[in-house]
Amino acid sequence: MIKLSVTTRDGESSEISVEEGLTLMEAIRDNGFDQLLALCGGCCSCATCHVHVDPAFAEKLRPISDDEDDLLESSDHRDGASRLSCQIRLDASHDGIKVRIAEED
Amino acid sequence: MEHYDAIVVGTGHGGAQAALALRQNGFTGSIAMVGRDKEPPYERPPLSKEYLAREKEFERILIRPAKFWEDKQIDLLLESEVVVIDAQAKIISLHDGRMLEYSELIWAAGGSPRKLTCSGAELAGVHAVRDKSDVDAIICQLDNGARRAVVIGGGYIGLEAAAVLRKLGCDVVLLEALDRVLARVAGEELSRFFENEHRRQGVDLRLGALVDCIEGDGSRVTGVKLADGEVIACDIVIVGIGIVPAVGVLVDAGANAPNGVAVDEFCRSSLPHVHAIGDLALHANSFAEGAMIRLESVQNANDMANTAARDICGNPVPYEATPWFWSNQYDLKLQTVGLSVGHDQTVLRGDPATRSFSVIYLKAGKVVALDCVNAMKDYVQGRKLVEARAEVAPELLRNADHQLKHCV
Repeated sequence: MIKLSVTTRDGESSEISVEEGLTLMEAIRDNGFDQLLALCGGCCSCATCHVHVDPAFAEKLRPISDDEDDLLESSDHRDGASRLSCQIRLDASHDGIKVRIAEED
Repeated sequence: MEHYDAIVVGTGHGGAQAALALRQNGFTGSIAMVGRDKEPPYERPPLSKEYLAREKEFERILIRPAKFWEDKQIDLLLESEVVVIDAQAKIISLHDGRMLEYSELIWAAGGSPRKLTCSGAELAGVHAVRDKSDVDAIICQLDNGARRAVVIGGGYIGLEAAAVLRKLGCDVVLLEALDRVLARVAGEELSRFFENEHRRQGVDLRLGALVDCIEGDGSRVTGVKLADGEVIACDIVIVGIGIVPAVGVLVDAGANAPNGVAVDEFCRSSLPHVHAIGDLALHANSFAEGAMIRLESVQNANDMANTAARDICGNPVPYEATPWFWSNQYDLKLQTVGLSVGHDQTVLRGDPATRSFSVIYLKAGKVVALDCVNAMKDYVQGRKLVEARAEVAPELLRNADHQLKHCV
């Protein structure tokens, strides 16, 4: 199990424990956060699982693919910490990661 | 009699999002979600893709874990079918005789798979792809050795199922009654591309193929007989020929429902305190120049759910969401934005032979839709053109070196 800190759009943070092997999107979706839509179910076809990830963990994340990059480009709220959470598979190195659910487009 | 402040009928994408959006919009009353399925809400698109291919187990396609609904105080009344609505008394009756009173009703019951009308349609081994149980039955048959498959219908469901079946090593014959696949939803360029691709992948794809009947040994399917007399021997048949919107109960209750339930821009039906959303909602869509249409997509179900929930919570905002859709087949990622229905011109952008290209649809010179295959940039940038109803010279759209974002 690894720990994550999730901040909602309202600015409320909470810590959750999740299994390794899930995607970050699944971890957030399945732990009571209703703001993460993830409409395409994680196949990198929409941008409704957009999160901002603590830059301290940037190096531990799988690099952004061209498709993810293009989809993120569709958001008005993209910044240097933006990722699609369905594209990040959690492993032990992500323990303690902090993420914030991106503003709604 | 039990009373709920809001009852959502249907546990698909629309129903789930409606219940969720009610809570998000501050609805504090009691909520029940009523559905025929025995499972809590799950995603439908993976049924013909990753779930059938067994790349994703069921828990991973749940829209939310079962506990989530409990935490949000949304009662799930599963394996329950609404058989009567009394819109005046605001009471629904379920198949088992239970009656529930509502203050607000959101009808999100989707549709049933359209069935073949020919003989043999009820034989074992003939499947639809709509619910988890449909796909579980297909998987079970594949596990028991079924290898010769006939897919009837060259729409998205049929094509996606064919792609997975090929991947699983089945012999696949795909029958389409019209002269091209995806005829109802896409332009010819896209149809031809997908036909070639499926043939290249080993699918025996037949156009203009009319089914005469399904043959069986008395209980199980043994073949599909075509109108020209040919019999295609098979163990399994998958039928993907569209849906019949689940509106009978609403029609009986007096709702205006010519082809689906007619709704206004706030997803209100003609019955008081009854909203209708998703696949079955006949609505004026601004991306179809205000024509009354139904849209069978996750996007439409989700955005209509939000529209209905806002309206019920006293914050009505008209439904104006941009239509989008996706389909994954083999290594091809198709993404669609806008509605191509009624287009009078198409522009091919990029070379289909490279397996990355887009078809851009124009009507009266304006961009109305794009079908993008392995072309995410076009999809993302093309959305802006569709939303702006941009008038762009076809030469500019055709030039794949010129980014669409510079076309506005």
